[in-house]
Amino acid sequence: MTRGTGPRLAVALDGAGWHPAAWRSEDARPTEVFKAGYWLDLVREAEAGTLDFVTFRDSLALPSDGVRGRLDAVLTAARVAPLTSGIGLVPEIVATHTEPFHLSKAIATLDYVSTGRGGVQVSVSSSPEEYRNFGRREFGEDISGEAADYIEVLRRLWDSWEDDAEIRDVATGRFIDREKLHYIDFEGRFFKVRGPSITPRPPQGQPLVTASSGVADSSVDVVYVTPQSREEIGALVEAQHGRQVFADLVVFLDETSQAAADRRARLDSLALLESDALVFTGTPAELAELLLAWHVAGLDGFRLRPAALPHDLTAITRGLVPELRSRGAFRKSYEAPTLRGLLGLDRPANRYVA
Amino acid sequence: MTKQQKQIHLAAHFPGVNNTTVWSDPEAGSHIEFSSFVKLAQTAERAKFDFFFLAEGLRLREQGGLIYDLDVVGRPDTFTVLAALAAVTSRLGLAGTINSTFNEPFEVARQFASLDHLSEGRAAWNVVTSWDAFTGENFRRGGFLPQDQRYSRAETFMRTAWELFDSWRADDLVADKATGQFLRGEPGRFEHHDEHFDIAGQFPVPRSPQGRPVIIQAGDSEEGREFAAATADAIFTRHGTLEAGQAFYSDVKGRLAKYGREHSQLIVLPAATFVLGDTDAEAHERADVVRRQQVSGQTAIKFLEQLWNADLSGFDPDGPLPAFDPVAGENTIAKGRASVRMYRDPLATARQWRELAEAKNLSIRELIIEVTGRQNFIGSPATVAGQINDFVQADASDGFILVPHVTPGGLDEFADKVVPLLQERGVFRTDYTGPTLRDHLGLTTPASPA
Ligand SMILES: Cc1cc2nc3c(=O)[nH]c(=O)nc-3n(C[C@H](O)[C@H](O)[C@H](O)COP(=O)(O)O)c2cc1C
Repeated sequence: MTRGTGPRLAVALDGAGWHPAAWRSEDARPTEVFKAGYWLDLVREAEAGTLDFVTFRDSLALPSDGVRGRLDAVLTAARVAPLTSGIGLVPEIVATHTEPFHLSKAIATLDYVSTGRGGVQVSVSSSPEEYRNFGRREFGEDISGEAADYIEVLRRLWDSWEDDAEIRDVATGRFIDREKLHYIDFEGRFFKVRGPSITPRPPQGQPLVTASSGVADSSVDVVYVTPQSREEIGALVEAQHGRQVFADLVVFLDETSQAAADRRARLDSLALLESDALVFTGTPAELAELLLAWHVAGLDGFRLRPAALPHDLTAITRGLVPELRSRGAFRKSYEAPTLRGLLGLDRPANRYVA
Repeated sequence: MTKQQKQIHLAAHFPGVNNTTVWSDPEAGSHIEFSSFVKLAQTAERAKFDFFFLAEGLRLREQGGLIYDLDVVGRPDTFTVLAALAAVTSRLGLAGTINSTFNEPFEVARQFASLDHLSEGRAAWNVVTSWDAFTGENFRRGGFLPQDQRYSRAETFMRTAWELFDSWRADDLVADKATGQFLRGEPGRFEHHDEHFDIAGQFPVPRSPQGRPVIIQAGDSEEGREFAAATADAIFTRHGTLEAGQAFYSDVKGRLAKYGREHSQLIVLPAATFVLGDTDAEAHERADVVRRQQVSGQTAIKFLEQLWNADLSGFDPDGPLPAFDPVAGENTIAKGRASVRMYRDPLATARQWRELAEAKNLSIRELIIEVTGRQNFIGSPATVAGQINDFVQADASDGFILVPHVTPGGLDEFADKVVPLLQERGVFRTDYTGPTLRDHLGLTTPASPA
């Protein structure tokens, strides 16, 4: 096992990075955020560092600061999928305004076009702008529990085809065995969905489902948390019994901690960084120490949010990753062909198989 | 003086969820693995086709209350697979069928604008209007739309999407690092209130390379034709004979003037199937084999049930037609397919079929082979190239959306043998002349708002 005992590593991609002034950095490519090549370069860089997965941030409104504009995250992930081969691709979707039937087949299809590297980050809508763009519901309505229902529908639809439903039996003229297709008949407080999916069960069976803590904790495979200190980790992890817990950290990485702090100060003078996650400034070696210590404290992995792209991503792949590898704490090559496999998760049995 | 030859437009339809697609052929590959989509798209691009086309159906079809199992079942999400295909092609247009009933304008406009950016100007939207409650059972909103409102919703959906596409000017993205100005003003603002939509906000996607995706319309009714004449860049249709094609062509082109549009602004593209052979005789032999593959005994019974609106599972496909008439009233036997509404007068159709079967002494299966979907073009490459060109030059269409019957290799022979003949005649491009799908189709790019 080349991964050793170290943490798993993901990177969260958004615009020109997580600092709202990141796009003004010298090496930033702010207008290319709307071109495929930009995303391909970033994901390939992450893949060169053998990271577990990247997430693609999304929302259903115009971002109010930083790079003001955004492409659809599922389509961006699909666009890079055929040109990458090892890394997991996890776009964010907003459950509140979208159809679980559409998104279930979209993520299943992402899993097909990436041959088993698809996942999803499910989020809920917290901005009145998103409500107005859809005009179908009232902002302020009680939506608690909807994300969990939504994920339940995604999952049932992925299972609504058994793996061997396609039979191509010439004697009886049947392409499928319809006994192996299942109506899901989900009925909840927010919607009913009949099924089955129009898309056969995806390669991973169940693509990876992730969400920030508090969205739908018991429904997901990976939960993102935002500890501010090592002391908080034990309780955060315990609350998630059994799910993989990743801590989000915004990172400024440079050759000296002074350089990192100076870079942050420069960007802060241009725009204010508001962050729910801890902001780390320092060297890759210092970050490696912190990650290892927090990993020992109970975290399965980390989702690093590069403050500026490509600078802090490159520092992760070319600085942090070698530091971890030299400590025997990170893989040197991809050891599994699927995202679930990278995270040590089995391909789940189908809930509808008796 | 001879009339200048029209240039032919060609598109490749990924084989679909219907009996045209022969899954039992030893050459037939996967309908869901991405490699099949890559293969067909790359063949189409190699042959310099205008675009790749995907149909859509949002609920698995049923017959007699059971999931229909005789045809290919299962397909990917349209947007997602097209975005992935943008990575493995560079010029080919990417057309997706997207329903206007079970989606929202903000979301679909965002997806198409994203696809147009990610493909550098190759996106097309085939707008369809299926409305039924059967499909609605898969969606939050259920079957909310009465049939007679589907085109009114489609029209306002489209108008709203256009407002969103046009909400950014081409130069609204400034991103001046020195001054910190990212946008010119506050682009993307929109507001739309009508009986279907009540929305306002700011659209998040900058103006895309084509301004807006190419709009295709597929629907045959009076409202459908009017909708196409008013709003579409291309119309996807089915045609039988040359005469029927010409009648349709002049009908829809004739509607354009009313909307201040020119003939060249609406491209008529019927679906077409084909079977090739080294000689015409060999092609016809092959076509007969394909027809038998497409219409198995079991399929023949199912087709008959769709007209009869009754369970005919006890009938022998190699035996005669039922002696009784079709069940009158609403067709309840088949769900989730457009074709049942083709039989507007089931009794009359049944009478015709019975007369034909008696005259030619046909079994149920032989009859169905005869009366449903024969291939449009059958012959040697030279014959097929000639037929296609004749159709186009005679104004029965502007080209075709070709539907191969084998996945994913069913276009290879056409690409290798027919396309070069069309190129020799000077009626089909030998290379792409521009980067966008609008360039391939000879459509202008909508001007950015000032
Ligand atoms: C050539 C053609 C292709 C079509 N393809 C689709 C399709 O892929 N998905 C779909 O939901 N409807 C499809 N339709 C159905 C139409 O969108 C429409 O719902 C149906 O034709 C009824 O409209 P009409 O009464 O105007 O014909 C197609 C129709 C035609 C004529």
